[in-house]
Amino acid sequence: MLEMKSRWAPYWQAAPLAIVFLIFFVLPLLVTVAVSFWTYTGYSIEPAFVGDNYATAFDKCFSSLPELCTTFRTYLSTLKFCLMVWLITLVLGFTIAYFLVFEVKSNNARLILALITTIPFWTSNVIRMISWIPLLGRNGLVNQSLMSAGIIAEPIDWLLYSDFSVVLALVHLNTVFMIVPILNSMSRIDKSLVEAAYDTGASGWQTLWNVIIPLSKTGIAIGSIFVITVVMGDFISIGIMGGQQIASAGKVIEAQINALQFPIAAANAVVLLVIVLMIIWTLLRFVDIRKEL
Amino acid sequence: MTEGRSRAFYLLSAVFALYTLFLYGPTLTILVLSFQGPNGGMTFPMNGVSLHWFHNLWAGIGVPNVVDALKNSLKLGLAVTLATVVISVMAGYAFRRPFKGANLLFFTAIASLILPSIVVSLGIALEFQLFNQGISGLGDHLVDSYVDIDNATAWTNLLGNLGIAIQDNFQTLMGLFTSGFGAHLTWTLPFGLLIMFAVFNRFNPAYEEAARDLGASSWQTFRHVVLPMIAPSLIGVALFGFTLSFDEIARSSQTVGAVNTLPLTLRGLTTTVTTPVIYALGTVTTAVSFAVIATAILVMLIVQHRRRRHGSDAGRALA
Repeated sequence: MLEMKSRWAPYWQAAPLAIVFLIFFVLPLLVTVAVSFWTYTGYSIEPAFVGDNYATAFDKCFSSLPELCTTFRTYLSTLKFCLMVWLITLVLGFTIAYFLVFEVKSNNARLILALITTIPFWTSNVIRMISWIPLLGRNGLVNQSLMSAGIIAEPIDWLLYSDFSVVLALVHLNTVFMIVPILNSMSRIDKSLVEAAYDTGASGWQTLWNVIIPLSKTGIAIGSIFVITVVMGDFISIGIMGGQQIASAGKVIEAQINALQFPIAAANAVVLLVIVLMIIWTLLRFVDIRKEL
Repeated sequence: MTEGRSRAFYLLSAVFALYTLFLYGPTLTILVLSFQGPNGGMTFPMNGVSLHWFHNLWAGIGVPNVVDALKNSLKLGLAVTLATVVISVMAGYAFRRPFKGANLLFFTAIASLILPSIVVSLGIALEFQLFNQGISGLGDHLVDSYVDIDNATAWTNLLGNLGIAIQDNFQTLMGLFTSGFGAHLTWTLPFGLLIMFAVFNRFNPAYEEAARDLGASSWQTFRHVVLPMIAPSLIGVALFGFTLSFDEIARSSQTVGAVNTLPLTLRGLTTTVTTPVIYALGTVTTAVSFAVIATAILVMLIVQHRRRRHGSDAGRALA
């Protein structure tokens, strides 16, 4: 009796989770794929099986090569943001994690410092972006200081609502996604391995490159997946920090939704999904996520 | 390690200090500027100090009203928190034993965490649009088939009236507590699940075995042994649940229907508002987040402190 009960227990215990993901994640993704082949009128979307939406998404993209069409340019620009934000958050996140694990000796201090890096993650992203306005605006603190110091004569325009501010905000918001997984991997490194490297004559950089980085690989991969997928699909940060003037894959989808062109938005969403899945698949070849838990 | 250590330490400490400044500096800036005088602008210098912009905020700005948006976000946040804690604990329990589909469910949760929010949001919106079209279509069908027909029966009348009721009353299934609630759960549950994984991986099953050996039922074992032991982690799950929901924007964007949450309202205001009132709103929002974070951390510290003094309080709940 007890045996029977306990064998079925995992199923009803996992059921609510499974039901939520089925209704609000799996089914919506399937619907999106289906609708990407549908047609639409002004009021409703109609079942069909047409490739028109994909043709619209890639309008003249292949015929005009090597000239890049809008869609390709948008994806290229999104990938550019991805690469820049990834590189910066990786170096920054790794450095912070290294400091916390190997340089901070007291456990309490490490916990408090780690909390300091995490707390902003629990506050509003929109507010954190708005917070840059008084600093970076034309009359902002940075321009005021530079001008009063005599370094520049005219205010710098590209500090806000520019590629620069987009990258800055994305780094600001997402470095935590790099820090936490790398911290997790690094804190499991047996300190005696590091000692052994030094004892056998390795320099600091050699130890870092040959011992610490390889052993932090899983954390680096998980952090990279987070940051890259967040930036690939971003439309909020690029929208606000780009002054709604910079295109991104996510913003294209949002604009089509606002224009009620749902099947075209769905087709673009499927394209974005495929690209993100390919990136994740590539990164997953380096790690086994479940081992990290 | 011995020679260069202190230099590396100071260098890295400086990096960490700068990073902290980078993290908190901007937020502190708008905190200060939200107390800008009535004639002050969006940037420094401060033109006096006042609560003018907070009064302004409370009087209501934006359409729909920002105070309503705040209430919506708080209500939704509480509902999401509760659901996240309960569902995560149950699922965390389930994953301690092998079951069919465990891997699939786990990877679905991870996928829900990392796939682009705009895609998830659009998907839920499309799904609910299909539900709506389905229900309206059913209403039309019922009216066409059963209203004003020859040889009507009680049954056909009932169906006809149902069709009329749908036509007259049904608008949309989409809303804050249907599609919006679900959209938020796809974002909070993966975090809750991962925390529960970490908790149960470090959980010694000997306590449960002892409880069972002493005759406790599964529920009693959970209620009086496991629950008190994992309580601090549940506060962590609740913290993630509330703050992530309260600040969620990308997945809410297409799924909350006619009403607005606070982050969505805020986002709209970024393009229309040109006075420090938006900083006042930022200060209020951040204050809510910090109050929640501080409470959660404080409660966790108190629980830990009590444990250190009295040992685990597992079992005391019986008294």
